[in-house]
Amino acid sequence: MTATPAGTARPSPAGTAPVLETEGLSKSFGPVRALRAVDFALRPGEIHALVGENGAGKSTLIKLLTGVHRPDAGTIRFAGDEVAFYRPADAQRAGISTVYQEINLVPLLSVARNVFLGREPRTRLGLIDTAAMNRAAAELVGSLGVDVDVTADLGRLGLGVQQMVALARAMSVESRVVIMDEPTSSLESREVTTLFGVARTLRERGVGLVFVSHRLDELWELCDRVTVLRDGSHVHTGPMAGLDRVSLVATMLGREVTEVVREGATGFGDTHRQSGEPVLAVSGVDVRHRLRDVGLSVRPGEVVGLGGLLGSGRSETVKAVYGALPVRAGSVRVGGRVVRANSVRHALRAGIALLSEDRKAEGIVPDLSVRDNIALAVLPKFSRGGLVSERRIDALVDTFIDRLRIKAASPAQKVRELSGGNQQKVLMARWLCTEPKVFLLDEPTRGIDVGAKAEVQALIDDLAGHGLAVVLISSELDELVEGADRILVLHDGSVARELTGEHKTTRELLAALAGGAERTEQVDE
Amino acid sequence: MTTTVRREESAPASPKARLAGLAQRQGALVILVVAVVAATFSFDTFGTAGNLSNIALQASFLAIVALGMTFVIMSGGIDLSVGSVFALGGVLAAWGSQHGTWAAILLPLGVCGLVGLVQGLVIARGGLPAFIVTLAGLLFARGLLLLISDEGSTTYKVPPDSAFRELAQGELFGIGYPVWLVLAAFALGGLVLHRTSYGATVLAVGGQEDAADLMGLPVLRTKVIAYTVSGLLAGMGGLLMASYTSSGVTVLGVGMELEVISAVVLGGTLLTGGAGTVLGTLVGVLLLQVIRNVINQVGSLNSNWQAVISGTILLLVVTVQRWLATVQRR
Repeated sequence: MTATPAGTARPSPAGTAPVLETEGLSKSFGPVRALRAVDFALRPGEIHALVGENGAGKSTLIKLLTGVHRPDAGTIRFAGDEVAFYRPADAQRAGISTVYQEINLVPLLSVARNVFLGREPRTRLGLIDTAAMNRAAAELVGSLGVDVDVTADLGRLGLGVQQMVALARAMSVESRVVIMDEPTSSLESREVTTLFGVARTLRERGVGLVFVSHRLDELWELCDRVTVLRDGSHVHTGPMAGLDRVSLVATMLGREVTEVVREGATGFGDTHRQSGEPVLAVSGVDVRHRLRDVGLSVRPGEVVGLGGLLGSGRSETVKAVYGALPVRAGSVRVGGRVVRANSVRHALRAGIALLSEDRKAEGIVPDLSVRDNIALAVLPKFSRGGLVSERRIDALVDTFIDRLRIKAASPAQKVRELSGGNQQKVLMARWLCTEPKVFLLDEPTRGIDVGAKAEVQALIDDLAGHGLAVVLISSELDELVEGADRILVLHDGSVARELTGEHKTTRELLAALAGGAERTEQVDE
Repeated sequence: MTTTVRREESAPASPKARLAGLAQRQGALVILVVAVVAATFSFDTFGTAGNLSNIALQASFLAIVALGMTFVIMSGGIDLSVGSVFALGGVLAAWGSQHGTWAAILLPLGVCGLVGLVQGLVIARGGLPAFIVTLAGLLFARGLLLLISDEGSTTYKVPPDSAFRELAQGELFGIGYPVWLVLAAFALGGLVLHRTSYGATVLAVGGQEDAADLMGLPVLRTKVIAYTVSGLLAGMGGLLMASYTSSGVTVLGVGMELEVISAVVLGGTLLTGGAGTVLGTLVGVLLLQVIRNVINQVGSLNSNWQAVISGTILLLVVTVQRWLATVQRR
């Protein structure tokens, strides 16, 4: 195989007609506009990176291209002809193969069966030729550098191997387009090398490849061109060569590198008065495939920001601290005492609270009242022999509605009827009832309007002012720079940089987000 | 290509895991063999050719229905309608036999196949839970059969001179036709399961429906076919029973769906779908029939003990299966 050396991606044959092309592609899910009039063109013989942050619309675009969803508006052209894919089978028959992020194979069937499901080799009688199938599967999987018994059930094999089987399946058909949606997330570096080799071989054969990855290094190593999506819209398409990391990340996040940041763009005030020993001390936390040796400490009254691109391990870090992810190594201490790992109950008891990223799925009960939503967390504490003291709950709820300035007609109003910002405050009140020492906030202002955002930010300030230790995750650069006293930047599951004092600027943060753990580029233009 | 070869540690199963896997798949067979050997030594009348061929014949009615159920369960579904459809098939066959042998065969197969087809379409296209849809089918088929038999008061008889009687009462080499039919059907079923795309798709749909869809497999068609075949085979069981008893008995098949499901699960098919064998189902059916026969041999035992013992064995088998599955994974 003639592997193209890393970094010198071959210029794609400009001028060749696109093999797969979209025009004005739009898709909404209920009120959410996932994709807005996206134009995208994939040429034969190129590896085209598709990047964007959470909610940018990458997955939606892929699902439209592979027939999982139907577009609301716009056209898809394949090999020049307009096509309509009603189901995945249509796209596959046309010649579009997909390797999905979550492995979409059948664990109870053998490796060989999984590779050939739906197009098994036949004998002359029309029956499946098991021997031929196993031989072909062994050859195909073997060519990917994986040596397994192809008659073994897929579910018994490791995730990396399963991903390679999915790749073998995609290769077993003559496709003109191969879409790889984060294929490397469960692979080891050796397997990534193999996968890149396969991708380059396919490119040599004139196949068009779409490659989605959160690991920026991989884009420069493998891809010819890149398309950036942001908030469902197409924002950039261009060659990878000559593109520097900082401008790519700036495009993904919607920032101009030269943009001057206004002071006070957020509701945050000055730095907080922090004091004493760290109340939260995390060291050497390791989660399989997600986190490597993550350490972090927060003092009372301090707000520590966690920065990083999608997939860098921010949410995983707070979840691990909260005991919601299986931790292989490392320790979490609160007030000097070790918290038992992998137990949310123990984390809560130690005084750790987590406001999760997805408040709809993991927090709010929309049809319960403000009061009942807040009281959920303290019910066990305020009940005696199964009976709850209504009076004490009312008093507590009133205190928090007042303190957090929750705008509700009455404590009896349903949470569903509140604005996003007030819903978020109700959730925060619920956690504050438990009197936490450490508050982990995962994207506390996502999806709420500007005014409410500033209020939530001011509230975070206030909490820190009262001596709470806060960990703040945010994709918004301003929020991190102005809200946090220190910022830890994560890369591929480990802490790459810490920004403090005068280095805590939007520009340096942007550079830190773009730079890998190994090489942090200087951007002192 | 690359020279780095990755040897997957877990690929070659340990002998212990392999034994556990074998026991999981063939557990019912072991119990069956033990039961048959024990019964042969305990009762002089059990091991006789007459009794054994009788067991086979009695089991064949359940077996033909269980074959259809096996595919439905393997595809991740359930078919509660088979008992009623079985009875409906019997009544239709007896009624049809007055208009000739072909009517006695084609009428029940057509109607029962149609019931299955409609259920399959509603389940696959409408995305409704199979439990509810086939529960409705159960009521529908039972109601229909009561309608055509005047609340069950009319029992249609197969005319004495009808060739239709021969179907289940005739013998080849001393073994009833239904037994040969079941053997042929199971052989065909095994072939379909292991050697056709359809069989592979059934297992894929039952194992991971979303994945099967994303792989471009015809998920909907696969389900529709499974329920249609289940209806057809339940109807065939019913018509065989009508031929055997020379009449369309309206009270048959009540609770039969549960017995059929027990047989399938005893045979090692996962109730959640995705794995199983048709041979296992045959073993499961025979096991239930042998238990019934043995209890009849002990004349003093109330025949209701049959259900008690079958239930206990079922619970035992699924518990052991679950345990063996965890042993294998380790």
